[in-house]
Amino acid sequence: MQRNLFLGVEAIGQAAIDAGISGIYAYPGTPSTEITEYIQNNKVAVERDIHREWSANEKTALEEALGMSYAGKRSMACMKHVGLNVAADVFMNAAITGIHGGLVITVADDPSQHSSQNEQDSRFYGKFAMIPVFEPSNQQEAYDMTREAFEFSEKTKLPVMIRITTRLAHSRAGVVQKEILPENELKLPENLMQFMLLPAYGRKYYQNLLDKQGWLTELSEKSEFNTFTEGKDKGLGIVTCGIAHNYLMENYPEGKCPYPVVKISQYPVPEKWLKKLENECDELLVIEEGYPLVEELLKDYFEKGTKVCGRLSGVLPRRGELNPDHVAKALGKEKAETFKVPDNLANRPPSLCAGCGHQDTYFALNEVIEEIGDGRVFSDIGCYTLGALPPYNTINTCVDMGASITMAKGASDAGLKPVFAVIGDSTFTHSGITGLLDCVVENTNVNIIIVDNEAVAMTGGQDSSAKGKIEKICEGIGVQPEHIRLFIPLKKNHDEIVEIIKEEMEYDGVSVIIGRRECIQKIARTKKINKAKKQA
Amino acid sequence: MKTDIILAGVGGQGILSIAATLGAAALNENYYLKQAETHGMSQRGGAVVSHLRISDKPIYSDLIPMGEADIILSVEPLESLRYLPYLSQGGSLVTNTTEFKNIPNYPELDKTFEELRKKFKIVQIDADKIARDIGNPKASNMVMLGAASPFINIHDEIIVEGIQTIFKQKGENIVCLNTKAFEAGKKFTGQ
Ligand SMILES: Cc1ncc(C[n+]2csc(CCOP(=O)(O)OP(=O)(O)O)c2C)c(N)n1
Ligand code: SF4
Repeated sequence: MQRNLFLGVEAIGQAAIDAGISGIYAYPGTPSTEITEYIQNNKVAVERDIHREWSANEKTALEEALGMSYAGKRSMACMKHVGLNVAADVFMNAAITGIHGGLVITVADDPSQHSSQNEQDSRFYGKFAMIPVFEPSNQQEAYDMTREAFEFSEKTKLPVMIRITTRLAHSRAGVVQKEILPENELKLPENLMQFMLLPAYGRKYYQNLLDKQGWLTELSEKSEFNTFTEGKDKGLGIVTCGIAHNYLMENYPEGKCPYPVVKISQYPVPEKWLKKLENECDELLVIEEGYPLVEELLKDYFEKGTKVCGRLSGVLPRRGELNPDHVAKALGKEKAETFKVPDNLANRPPSLCAGCGHQDTYFALNEVIEEIGDGRVFSDIGCYTLGALPPYNTINTCVDMGASITMAKGASDAGLKPVFAVIGDSTFTHSGITGLLDCVVENTNVNIIIVDNEAVAMTGGQDSSAKGKIEKICEGIGVQPEHIRLFIPLKKNHDEIVEIIKEEMEYDGVSVIIGRRECIQKIARTKKINKAKKQA
Repeated sequence: MKTDIILAGVGGQGILSIAATLGAAALNENYYLKQAETHGMSQRGGAVVSHLRISDKPIYSDLIPMGEADIILSVEPLESLRYLPYLSQGGSLVTNTTEFKNIPNYPELDKTFEELRKKFKIVQIDADKIARDIGNPKASNMVMLGAASPFINIHDEIIVEGIQTIFKQKGENIVCLNTKAFEAGKKFTGQ
């Protein structure tokens, strides 16, 4: 059988194509970005003209995917974990409407925060919405489970969540593919009121969702992805979730764990297997990547039952990504001494690229700040967040996408003046526009600097939905045209940039200052792609 | 047969071409392979690492356990030291000597390497110079792979096949240069 080396994310992208999707809907976010990029570059996807453009944000992406499902076709939405916060409204409600064409939502969590603001565990969202969650443990399962998820979605008439973490997303292994399925036919839902959540309908549909829960548990118990493996030593029973299974098995090189093991890759949890394990074993150890969801579920509130250990009890770390060494320790295995990292090692933190336009903006803004004092620059997330670090030390906040403008507004409302918001072009169209509208409605005294590098740079230089539209958007919302200013972030323009910022600072109202110069990495990448195209 | 390799470098140095070459070689040999990469902020000069595992038996963890790496292969000297707790007793460290100095407090490393040499095998190679001498400065990663090859449990011919697989769309000339780079690295360690 032919194996191809696939990253976890690529395996998911390929499986979605092979399952016959008609559309992928997404906004970039590490570590989920490459699912969409894989499909964008895939020959079959291009031939079939599968929808594969980026959406403005995760909410629009999931709603668009749901619309495609309404029309009977299979679709996937994907996002990073915090993206699901943005899409939470449609996510919760799509569980209640259910789906028509198979709908799979892939969410990539980032334990240890390799490149995120937090390490929230999306399985909680799955449980909250009461929908099936698939959590593959390796690249082959990522492929198999994704392909199966569409059928499962259509069978249960529910959206299915696939939850992965950074490690699986960005690790490669050999994957065997199956044949590619045809796309679904265009078809309206049988019940044209299926997606109508007026309370009278919504109550009924919510009851349907509740009624399905027992069946979903049964399906989990029958699933080939959830297994019970016997073990002779009943002193301990082990529950593993998703990729954590590998960290257990790594400690038993011949694949023979002496303890009984329940491996969970499909939720709701397979109750039957867990009860059997609890029945047979003296004590339970739960190994799961993320928050202690299953451990919490199994732990008796009053601790009279079987002892359950894991991240909550402290035998595994409460925070951060797991690894085989954590699990070895939890199993009481002695590890030999290892070599130490030399004391004189220096850290090498990420920094803005040499020649990046964000630098020029920050150096100019710093000159203004020197006069008015620190603590007035609200920002959010993008390459420009690195402006929080030396040598810039310019920005003071980074909470979530769009929060630069809105937090600056709140602070201004409180009386802090002048205030600045620094926001990227893609972040602006993702979730900055509505905040700007709030400012315009009240003519709030804010100075909004849009650092427009004509790219979604942080996640690898995807095309930005904002390109060529920012001035028109601002004007359309009602920002005074004379307070929409433009500069080119270059060293030689330093004095001019300082002057523009100072002038707008004097204005008691909404100012939008746009610094526009394309990301140099994006320029280099475009050149490379064009060269490759020419050669081909 | 198993070889666990920690691949280290700085974002943008292209350690992934080494991983891709070994990946192609492993696939040709029908070995199992897992390779965990750092993505995300990598274009901006931060530390990057990849765990590369090759075996004739199924591999479970995408991450190499502490103290079990057979090789640390680094394209930058400072980065070669960051992951020492992963190196096994009896493991080897193979590093490029060309420093990538994008931080103000880049340490002096000669004495550190001298000390460590007492504890395990270290190969220090000026891969950039060797690649330049061959006539392709971009091939320094293949020089590094060649330098590490004596410690990797895959036949050289198979790795060279991997080089062909990875570089063939760039033309015969590039395949040739990279193969030459590989051979030069191998020769260095052999001496
Ligand atoms: C809700 C949410 N979605 C996605 C991300 C991932 N992400 C972080 S910054 C960013 C885009 C930044 O683009 P832009 O605003 O243009 O700034 P640049 O990086 O180009 O400077 C993305 C997609 C996130 N952190 N949160
Ligand atoms: S990737 Fe682009 S935006 Fe990000 S730091 Fe580099 S040049 Fe600046």
